[in-house]
Amino acid sequence: MRTLLRAADTRATMLVVALLMAMVAVLDPFRLNLMGKYMAFAFVALGIVLLWGYGGVLSLGQGLFFGAGGYMMAMFLKLEASAPELPDFMVWSSIEHLPLWWQPFRSLPLTLLLILTVAPVVAYLFAYAIFKKRVGGVYFAIVTLSLALTGTVLIVGQQGDTGGANGITDFRTLLGMDIVSDDAKQTLYIIEAAALGVAMLCCGALMQSRFGKVLIAIRDKEDRVRFSGYNTAHMKAFVFAISALLSCIGGAFYSLQVGLISPTAVGVVASIEMVIFAAVGGRLSIPGAVVGALLVGFLKSYLSEAFPEIWLYFLGALFIAVVAFMPLGMAGVVQRLAPGRVAAKVTP
Amino acid sequence: MNIDIAVMQVFNGVSLFTILLLMAIGLAIVFGLMGVINMAHGELMALGSYVTYLTATAFSKFAPQWMGVYLFAAIALAFAVTYAFGYLLERGFVRFFYNRPLDTLLATWGLSLILQQAYRSIFGAQEVSVPLPQWLSGAWEPVAGIQLPISRIFIIGLTVAVAFGVYLLLNRTRWGLKVRAVTHNRAMSEAVGIDTQRLDALTFALGAGLAGIAGCVFTMIGSTNPGTGQLYIVDSFIVVVFGGVQSLIGTALSGFAIAQTQTTLEYLMSGSMARVTILLLVVVVLYFRPHGLFAAKSRS
Repeated sequence: MRTLLRAADTRATMLVVALLMAMVAVLDPFRLNLMGKYMAFAFVALGIVLLWGYGGVLSLGQGLFFGAGGYMMAMFLKLEASAPELPDFMVWSSIEHLPLWWQPFRSLPLTLLLILTVAPVVAYLFAYAIFKKRVGGVYFAIVTLSLALTGTVLIVGQQGDTGGANGITDFRTLLGMDIVSDDAKQTLYIIEAAALGVAMLCCGALMQSRFGKVLIAIRDKEDRVRFSGYNTAHMKAFVFAISALLSCIGGAFYSLQVGLISPTAVGVVASIEMVIFAAVGGRLSIPGAVVGALLVGFLKSYLSEAFPEIWLYFLGALFIAVVAFMPLGMAGVVQRLAPGRVAAKVTP
Repeated sequence: MNIDIAVMQVFNGVSLFTILLLMAIGLAIVFGLMGVINMAHGELMALGSYVTYLTATAFSKFAPQWMGVYLFAAIALAFAVTYAFGYLLERGFVRFFYNRPLDTLLATWGLSLILQQAYRSIFGAQEVSVPLPQWLSGAWEPVAGIQLPISRIFIIGLTVAVAFGVYLLLNRTRWGLKVRAVTHNRAMSEAVGIDTQRLDALTFALGAGLAGIAGCVFTMIGSTNPGTGQLYIVDSFIVVVFGGVQSLIGTALSGFAIAQTQTTLEYLMSGSMARVTILLLVVVVLYFRPHGLFAAKSRS
């Protein structure tokens, strides 16, 4: 049973990545770029599957990490775009020297290193402290929500350092290479899809491992796992750090694909929307979450362009319907329809 | 810093406190006593604001001579409409999600999106505002140099009345006794013959009604748009969680602490930095007291 599920998951992952790659041939550059944008959210959804589906921890502050990745990437690109001058928004706020915390983002290797380390380390330390105090469930959701709000207020308030409400825009080169041309976008898309595939396989392997089993046990009955001698706070914080890392990577790709990052990607609304990606796809399914993110992203672009009135009704109804009728999301429906397979049980 | 500024600071703090308290008191009942995470609470406040707007429009059209007192009618109507809406909401929606707190959170968030779009479709995306009655505009000047806006004084008075009323209702009536009994031990309350389902609906409706009153009062401070509710919801939750769930006194004290700190900080630094500091302070305090400042001791 276990190996079967694993093989099925791997097959589904391969299928998703193959489909994503096939898009390169089918879609025009504009649509491909949009797909790249939705894919950035798929990274976040992956993290939410691990954290919420398997770990039972709901974070409403994933936008904070998504924004961290996006801003770090954008800071590097912006410095390159405006070199040797200061970025334009700093000039407007009459800032004369580059702030100290912008300095590392002059170099690409350092930027990438920071993208891969800052968010997980901060997330781990924060979450470990919180979980050690046995704050969980709804309280954790509200604490992370208020952190997302803090992040937005901070970014908007510090106009001169962060670009304020407009965010960071107007960058078009990466190490001298044009990133807005169709060819560059296509290359970027392929890199992103490959990275997503690797991330999916890693997440799948992690959840199949001993760690994944203990994580499920923590979700279902944390006290018993703790009494058995496991440090549950450490394990939950570790998953939180992984989800932060995934969100951060997604944010970095988002900046590259979309060409701007603004506080709306960080805020409360964005952070809660990210949860619905995972919920629609299936909170226990890694390929499901990716498909969910792509589908909701696509519907958002399509509906909010074609029927702006309907979009919020639809999104609201989606939240309610998924929670009320399909707690396992689309993956749950597929599993129920597929013959000979037992649907996993979900505990609320 | 001279004495005038100090007095104004304290008054601003008290004024912000009463606004926070009005916002949070309904949530303290719904979330604190019942344990229901209602992310659509802000939209219930917006509903109260829109009822007030409709009342004001109706008064100015049909009974302009009574415009001075429309606010009292609006408060009653806002309470009644949101109370009824809250009752229906509990019976038809929220009760299916009991015991699944995280799912409740997501489902009510979905509901809040639907309500926002509904307001946008009905009232338009632009802001609406109501005229302030003559007797509420202007300021009271007890001594030269100190000006206290009358509308703010009215809000302070109203909040005190509402909070006192809720306190009496929960602690001095038979109904309040039942509510508290269900909070402490649902199974035992059922066993002694309390109709807990009916009580749930009425308690939720009361919380919603209080949100309606808050929404009505907020029309005196600012205008209303479909997204207004979302501005309030996170702050309301922070006040309730900070004070300690299940403790109305805690909610009041936490509102007071947050308001005074915020107005003091706003004097010292920019508004956004003051808000950031407050939010981080709350997180730090919650770290040391995970169940809030004034957690009620219970066996569960």
